[in-house]
Amino acid sequence: MAKATFRIWRGDANGGGFKDYQTEAGEGMVVLDAVHAVQADQANDLAVRWNCKAGKCGSCSAEINGMPKLMCMTRLSDLDLSQPVTIEPMQAFPKIRDLVTDVSWNFRVKTTIKKFEPRKPDAADGTWRVDQADVERPQEFRKCIECFLCQDVCHVIRDHQKTDEFIGPRFLVYAAALEMNPIDAADRVDDLKHKHGIGYCNITKCCTKVCPEHITITDNAIIPLKERVADRFYDPIKRLFRVFSGNK
Amino acid sequence: MPVEYQTHEHDVIVIGAGGAGLRAAIEASAAGVSVGLICKSLLGKAHTVMAEGGMAAAMANVDDRDSWKVHFADTMRGGQYINNWRMAELHAQEAPARVRELEAWGAVFDRTRDGKILQRNFGGHRYPRLAHVGDRTGLEMIRTLQDHGIHQGIKVYMEHTVTALLKDGDRVVGAFGYDRERGYPRLFRAGAIVLATGGIGRAFKITSNSWEYTGDGHSLAYQAGAELMDMEFVQFHPTGMVWPPSVRGILVTEGVRGEGGVLRNKDGKRFMFDDVPENYRNQTAKDPEEGWRYTQGDKNACRPPELLTRDHVARCINREVKAGRGSPHGGVFLDIAWIKEKLPNASEHIKKKLPSMYHQFMQLAGLDITAEPMEVGPTTHYVMGGVRVDGDTQMSTVPGLFAAGEVAAGLHGANRLGGNSLSDLVVFGKRAGEHAAKFAKENRAITPAADQVEAAARALLEPFDRGASTTGGGEGPYKIQYELQDMMQEKVGIVRTEADMQAALEGIQALKTRAAKVGVVGNREYNPGWHTALDLKNLLTCAEAVTRCAIERKESRGGHFRDDFDQKDPKYATFNNVVKKGPGGSMVLERRPIPEMRADLKQVVEENK
Repeated sequence: MAKATFRIWRGDANGGGFKDYQTEAGEGMVVLDAVHAVQADQANDLAVRWNCKAGKCGSCSAEINGMPKLMCMTRLSDLDLSQPVTIEPMQAFPKIRDLVTDVSWNFRVKTTIKKFEPRKPDAADGTWRVDQADVERPQEFRKCIECFLCQDVCHVIRDHQKTDEFIGPRFLVYAAALEMNPIDAADRVDDLKHKHGIGYCNITKCCTKVCPEHITITDNAIIPLKERVADRFYDPIKRLFRVFSGNK
Repeated sequence: MPVEYQTHEHDVIVIGAGGAGLRAAIEASAAGVSVGLICKSLLGKAHTVMAEGGMAAAMANVDDRDSWKVHFADTMRGGQYINNWRMAELHAQEAPARVRELEAWGAVFDRTRDGKILQRNFGGHRYPRLAHVGDRTGLEMIRTLQDHGIHQGIKVYMEHTVTALLKDGDRVVGAFGYDRERGYPRLFRAGAIVLATGGIGRAFKITSNSWEYTGDGHSLAYQAGAELMDMEFVQFHPTGMVWPPSVRGILVTEGVRGEGGVLRNKDGKRFMFDDVPENYRNQTAKDPEEGWRYTQGDKNACRPPELLTRDHVARCINREVKAGRGSPHGGVFLDIAWIKEKLPNASEHIKKKLPSMYHQFMQLAGLDITAEPMEVGPTTHYVMGGVRVDGDTQMSTVPGLFAAGEVAAGLHGANRLGGNSLSDLVVFGKRAGEHAAKFAKENRAITPAADQVEAAARALLEPFDRGASTTGGGEGPYKIQYELQDMMQEKVGIVRTEADMQAALEGIQALKTRAAKVGVVGNREYNPGWHTALDLKNLLTCAEAVTRCAIERKESRGGHFRDDFDQKDPKYATFNNVVKKGPGGSMVLERRPIPEMRADLKQVVEENK
């Protein structure tokens, strides 16, 4: 087996730097395997989050050769191993230690979005009747594994730190899943404009590009939500109506 | 110098935030008590996300012949009749309401043509019974519970690990542990504690389970004096990935077989038709054609033998491999691509029905499951054994200590049916939460004795005191963990013998001695070496319990198969093996007779034979 070099960021909130580790690159290995090998043999205290190792839990997000990816789904055979492979934590979030970042902001943001609120049931037994075609739209968004790679790559968060004004692509997808749920009755359109900062997204589609679940974040979730916002707040006739009725 | 720690107080502390823990926390919180939810990882990452196929509930949306009675009988048959029949009864009766409740909380299930929740076929279930969302039902469940739970006033302690339970007399009154981020010791005072920590899969080498699955709840309960039951019954899921090596063990959902996937050996033979157990013969397809019709919803057809119970399918695969009829990398072939002979748009159909399987094989093995067969082999998946609880309340033999989900024993007996786990989580998570809240209202939180807290704190930090081997300290934890996994896989795995297991028992004792002296490097902040060192004790306790119970059961039943006693023995059908901590601190084993089943339930079993 060939050896490969992994240039892993070590450090904490106060700073740190890259350190090179050599380990075997065996058949079928993914980046997370290499990190584990380093952890077992050379650096027992190397901090890394992971759980399922099958691309289903979204824990092992990192930047591999500068690209936001899941370590468990990035095969070594897809990387150029003649060069050191750089592995660093997500850059948009505060560092905790080594590859582990503080993603708690994401969990706080979610609580600000109006929760699911079911409409009146369709049947006497308290259940709903919904077509498969109508569940497929929210189901695309509910594939999200909350890896936060879309948040990491979004320039509004990463470069402009608008974390107080903008909820980011993950939570626009979350809002879209609720808004398009055929059983949900709540209205989040006002919040999307005033509280969640949907206007900050200028559809550069970076989020869609990094999504490991291949959710079409921009086209299928964000743009339809933007349309709903535009429809309510910028439709000239509705606007006129609001002026006369006194509603903002 | 005494160790500094931070104290938190709640009426109910739930340890574990998968399906069972979240459901328990929601229920306890709804009862008006203060709830703390401790999870080892970030919220929403628990192993429940790995559940693929669905959630069993006799809603009869697809086949109106289904009812709780049939579900009950299927569960008992699958568990080889040593289940806690009261739990099997409650589970079958309450699962439909728990599914509908998830929908009312925002879950988006696949639909039938008339707009109801769709249900699919699964191994051991007589009728299509699994409510599902493609092949990512577990993710849907955990996200629904998580998104509902965050609005219920539950205090969530993410990335915290509990290392000891604290008692006042007989009763449990708190938990001690640490947060991963800072490595700071924490004391949780509580009126009642619910364990929802999942299983023990990390005690084996080939497993579908994540690093978290170190049997923490099993071990915490055992150390606190609770009884563990049925620990010999470990489920080896028949279909895990076998290649490439780094993904060995990752689950391939039973849903592949439910959608028409077939198992073949290297000669192309569908070997599952060769060995159909007597008690399933009249429910199994006579030929491939009938099996195919069953998977396509023909109510007059019986299921194909690929959908026999997991224990049986795993052993058949093992037999093919041992006999030299396996696939190139030591498994057998699972073929769903063949359905293109039957369906015009097979490729699209497979991608739609099994999206994450398509994705998983494409990305990790470079294999297109719509065109080629997969290679699969058994993988450690689930433990039927766990904390012995009361069927109605989920309270263990220690007052104030409850358990729900995989960490609790009883529902599944000797073998769990696929799909019965997700329903288990919510049915008994709810019950545990309800009764823990009730207990906490009647028994307020008390401060645990200082010496207990001090002992727990010292044990937490000891590996640092010893330091690394390079500086004259203890051995690192990873090697011990790997040796244990190799040994359990080889000696207490799918096929067991007395001699192997006795050797394993000696090996466990030797590893215990080494684990007690393990040392770690670095500091307390997010230090996985330290975490692994602390988890070792739990893994070793579970490994010992599995081995001792497996030695004691000199027959083959469900997930427990012995080469030296390869038949079922009726005299072993009358009791469960129970282990607990003896007065001298060593593990003692007892046979606990199974209470006689109620007459009305006996009749249900008879009617559905």
